[in-house]
Amino acid sequence: MNDSVSNKPKKKPVSPRRREQSRREFLRSAALSAGVVTASLLGFLPVVQGSALRLRPPGALKTPLDEQQFLSSCIKCGQCVQVCPVEAIKLADLLDGFGMGTPYIDARAQACDFSCDGIQCVLACPTGSLTHDLDYPADTRMGFARLDKPKACLAMQGKGFKGLARGPDYKGKLRYEDVDRWTPIPVAEYPYDLEICDLCVRQCPIEIRIAQCASEDASSEAVNTARVAQKVGHECPPKHAIRLEPVDGGAGANAMRPVVLEGCVGCGVCEMICPAEPVAIVVDIDKTTDTV
Amino acid sequence: MSYFTESLAQLFGREPRRPAEEEISPKVREIHIEKRANKITLAELEAERQAHRAEGEASKWKKRRWATLIAVNLLFVASYYFDVQLLEGALTASRFVGFHMADLNAALQVMLAYKHVVLNLVIGTVTVLVLWLLLGGRTFCSWVCPYHLLSEWAEKIHLWLVSKEIIEEHTFHRGVRTIFYVVFALLALLTGYTVFETISPTGILSRALIYGPGLALLWVLALLLFEVFVSRRAWCRYVCPIGMTYGLVGSVSPVRVVYSPEKCLFGGDCRTVCMVPHVLDATIMGRAKDESVPIGADCTRCGMCVDICPASALKFEVKGLSKVL
Repeated sequence: MNDSVSNKPKKKPVSPRRREQSRREFLRSAALSAGVVTASLLGFLPVVQGSALRLRPPGALKTPLDEQQFLSSCIKCGQCVQVCPVEAIKLADLLDGFGMGTPYIDARAQACDFSCDGIQCVLACPTGSLTHDLDYPADTRMGFARLDKPKACLAMQGKGFKGLARGPDYKGKLRYEDVDRWTPIPVAEYPYDLEICDLCVRQCPIEIRIAQCASEDASSEAVNTARVAQKVGHECPPKHAIRLEPVDGGAGANAMRPVVLEGCVGCGVCEMICPAEPVAIVVDIDKTTDTV
Repeated sequence: MSYFTESLAQLFGREPRRPAEEEISPKVREIHIEKRANKITLAELEAERQAHRAEGEASKWKKRRWATLIAVNLLFVASYYFDVQLLEGALTASRFVGFHMADLNAALQVMLAYKHVVLNLVIGTVTVLVLWLLLGGRTFCSWVCPYHLLSEWAEKIHLWLVSKEIIEEHTFHRGVRTIFYVVFALLALLTGYTVFETISPTGILSRALIYGPGLALLWVLALLLFEVFVSRRAWCRYVCPIGMTYGLVGSVSPVRVVYSPEKCLFGGDCRTVCMVPHVLDATIMGRAKDESVPIGADCTRCGMCVDICPASALKFEVKGLSKVL
């Protein structure tokens, strides 16, 4: 055993003080490693608890209950935030743990109304975290709408709606075809006067698009046959998303129920525009049309 | 090749070693003998320092660097704020007039966690790799990273507190950064989450600047307080994997600081201002091997040593270019 020691190149003898210093440095370094790694792993908690689960932008790589792929592929750069014309996308903060810096949508504050038409956030994503597999709003699977509080729903009470859907101070924007087909305007600048409240149906981007396609088809021969013929994929949504149905023995002769249909993509516009407080219709993020 | 391996070994945490006498070139041996014989006095050294300061170039590179760092980060902010689409995104990934850019470490974490790479990410990563290969690797740290600037200010307070003996300096083993690098790579690979991004002050600060502040800034504040009261430049020196990634890139970069022992006064000022003083080991009497010693991969090319050196013994060099000129 002594041979191996004597074979080593000559080393200066280490003083006890020096040895004590390096022992302390080693312990400090171990503590630093443990501390920093633990801090980073705390980010796992919100993911496990599910409190980081949120309504994500179109194309997010997730199954309704599993965001793992989405969180792993997102590079947290916010390019999707920058391209959204209605500024619907926000970035999650520290309390979302591993979800920090990932994009989400607070539908009640500002839903995704597909004002960009081309799903710009998907095109902006550099990592494919918002998958490029979808081409049109109707291909999206963000969530699925549900009439959460039927008693709060104005239509269920047979009531109409007059005035500003979300009050004068509401900051959210939507696109109104009769104002400007291409530019969103504040909802607070667009008063309604409806005999029966059908805002969730009237403002549904899927329903609006279906109506546009129908009118284009109707005038296709006269206007632009080629344009209509070019339509591929789901540029025109193949299925309806929401409609009002009469309620038998409802709160009045006019009582209507909003019924969510197969075509719903979970964009959240119904939740955003609903004038009831608390909101009557919400988007479930743990469901999509493929899973209900 | 030995310069390259030595430079990488230091990047991974090994202490620089004193070269054996036969490794030192005869010319440099002569220089060392001559300089040992004619040591300058403290008074002479102080006179040189004052003369250097009087020239007004003692913060030339710092000014350029701070201006660049602030300009790059403001370009991100302004681009979004005024919607001019010049530099979209954040430091983790962006588009410069439409061209994809991806931070090498952020891209690496995503690739390890997601295990699937789309073309845009490849383009962005290669673009940035080539960019920092040409510009010096850890140049990113001192010329772009917003945390570096805050950390520099924290360092000033820290050094003042230490000089007043209000607090003590605590060092760590530099090898711990290599451990962090491996651990965070493995965590990304095994958990499938980009774990490091959760605590990266670079990403947090960049997003806070562009998209508005959030609670995550508290973590950055905690790091800064640690650096003020416990350990000088702790994050950049001992933890950050981003620095390690760019250090690897910088090991083969033509842009670097070069040391000339012939001009050196051996006052050691460069090592006192340097964040990574082990790279300046050659500036210790008897350690330089050649008449011109390129500084190693861990160097952030911040230029503080170039600024402070009263004898111009440390200079920026672009390898190959100086010969052409």
